[in-house]
Amino acid sequence: MSAALIDARDLHTYYDDSHILRGVSLRLRAGETVGLMGRNGMGKSTLIRTLMGLVKPRRGTILIDGRDMTGAATFRIARTGIAYVPEGRGIFASLRVAENLSIAARPGIDGSVAWDIPRVLQLFPRLAERIGNGGDQLSGGEQQMLAIARALVTNPRILILDEATEGLAPLIRDEIWHTIRLVRDSGIATLLVDKTVAEVTAVADRVMVLVKGETVFEGRPTALMADADRMHGWLGV
Amino acid sequence: MNLLAQLLNGLQYGLLLFLIASGLTLVFGVLGVINLAHGSLFMVGAYLAYVIAKTTGALWLALPAGLIGGIMLGAGLERFLFRHFYHREHLDQVLLTFALILLFEEGRSFLLGNDFHSVPVPALFDFSIPVAPGFSYSAYRFFVIGCCLALGAALYLWIERTRMGAIIRAAAEKPEMVDVIGIDARRVHMVVFAIGTALAVIAGALAAPLYSVYPGIGDGFLIISFVVVVIGGLGSVSGAFWSALLIGMVDTLGKAYMPAVAGLAIYVLMAAVLLVRPSGLFGQRA
Ligand SMILES: Nc1ncnc2c1ncn2[C@@H]1O[C@H](COP(=O)(O)OP(=O)(O)OP(=O)(O)O)[C@@H](O)[C@H]1O
Ligand SMILES: [Mg+2]
Repeated sequence: MSAALIDARDLHTYYDDSHILRGVSLRLRAGETVGLMGRNGMGKSTLIRTLMGLVKPRRGTILIDGRDMTGAATFRIARTGIAYVPEGRGIFASLRVAENLSIAARPGIDGSVAWDIPRVLQLFPRLAERIGNGGDQLSGGEQQMLAIARALVTNPRILILDEATEGLAPLIRDEIWHTIRLVRDSGIATLLVDKTVAEVTAVADRVMVLVKGETVFEGRPTALMADADRMHGWLGV
Repeated sequence: MNLLAQLLNGLQYGLLLFLIASGLTLVFGVLGVINLAHGSLFMVGAYLAYVIAKTTGALWLALPAGLIGGIMLGAGLERFLFRHFYHREHLDQVLLTFALILLFEEGRSFLLGNDFHSVPVPALFDFSIPVAPGFSYSAYRFFVIGCCLALGAALYLWIERTRMGAIIRAAAEKPEMVDVIGIDARRVHMVVFAIGTALAVIAGALAAPLYSVYPGIGDGFLIISFVVVVIGGLGSVSGAFWSALLIGMVDTLGKAYMPAVAGLAIYVLMAAVLLVRPSGLFGQRA
């Protein structure tokens, strides 16, 4: 078993007085794909935002490569090789597509430049056609492609996707899932939040289910699927 | 010919206002802070020009000194003061920047006293250029117009065409995402504040030979610059440019031809713009 890239232990995160994460732990190893599941408001995004340093946990530790990064600035966490595509995509509407990519592009921490701008444009030819357009002129699907492309050009070791297929047309969703597989196969570890159970369980090595800020299941997708009753209870599907 | 002179004066005044307002609006757009002490930075530039002219006789030195000194002053102010106030309430920010005004004024009073001083136009530009038959216009004012246009163009190219400029626009829009892609947003804030400060200091240095230097010289310019920023749309540099030209013209022509009401004209203009288009007349973004 290789050492964990991310080893987060016993995280407790609050928004003001509401106790959202109640002792969640998460490990992500190199090259691994983990699906994070749970119904609306269960704390999936909060867990990710805590890992990224966007909210500080009140208790618990976050180790990255074995180093304590609890409370570190977000840009430092990102620079350990973590790319995060947030809910709502977070693209810069006032920047052109090319600028959205060029301000993010950098070699990975191992110096790798495998994912450069030409390669992501090859991956998403629609972005190549839109390269001179403003971020505010893109369709929802194109925005999502841009958000993923912008994450990839940072040459990450870990890609975190929060609801990357939400609200997209079926054809575009398929394209995004295809990309997620491609990324996984290229050896980038992925932490995936998505509500389409069938798709998540199909790509993930491991899944985690959150209910009200606590982990109620962690294991192989097949093990989750095998317990249909409990799965329905947790996920409402 | 008088009209031509007034138009040129309006252009020169408007462009000078743009140098001040661009920093004000940029700092507001990216850092979210309304810097009341921006006028004090202008004052620093004016007194810098006065001191340099008096001690060295070489006023042109005020431009490189203003640029370098302004960048250093701005970076220091951001690093040690403003940085700690981004997440504070607006009232705290107002108090901080108001306290800075008092500090700058006291410092000026302590170091240089409270007298009026005229600053001679540099010998190189101490002549008039014939513009039309029987009419010539101050070479120094032309120089100021040229400097402002050059700095404005440089600022535009920097913001619109460079990687740093794109990062600044990104930070104005979604600061959190700038950090997420691995860029230290604090550094971006520091750069923006430093450039905004340098522009105000240079504006002050350019203005010194035209308006003399005196206590509170920054106050009037600050207030008009706020009008410029509001009409141009908060945070919009291109908006500030057109708005500054408009205000410069209205104010100058008003004072020349309708002195009775001119003092009020730009404020009435501002109120009218706010009523009709609360987000300002020009441009919607930086
Ligand atoms: N900024 C905030 N301030 C206060 N409460 C918040 C904030 N963000 C989220 N919450 C609350 O925290 C809880 C967890 O939210 P979170 O966004 O982590 O859920 P989620 O599992 O990602 O849900 P979804 O599937 O809807 O994205 C919810 O009850 C939500 O209302
Ligand atoms: Mg969420």
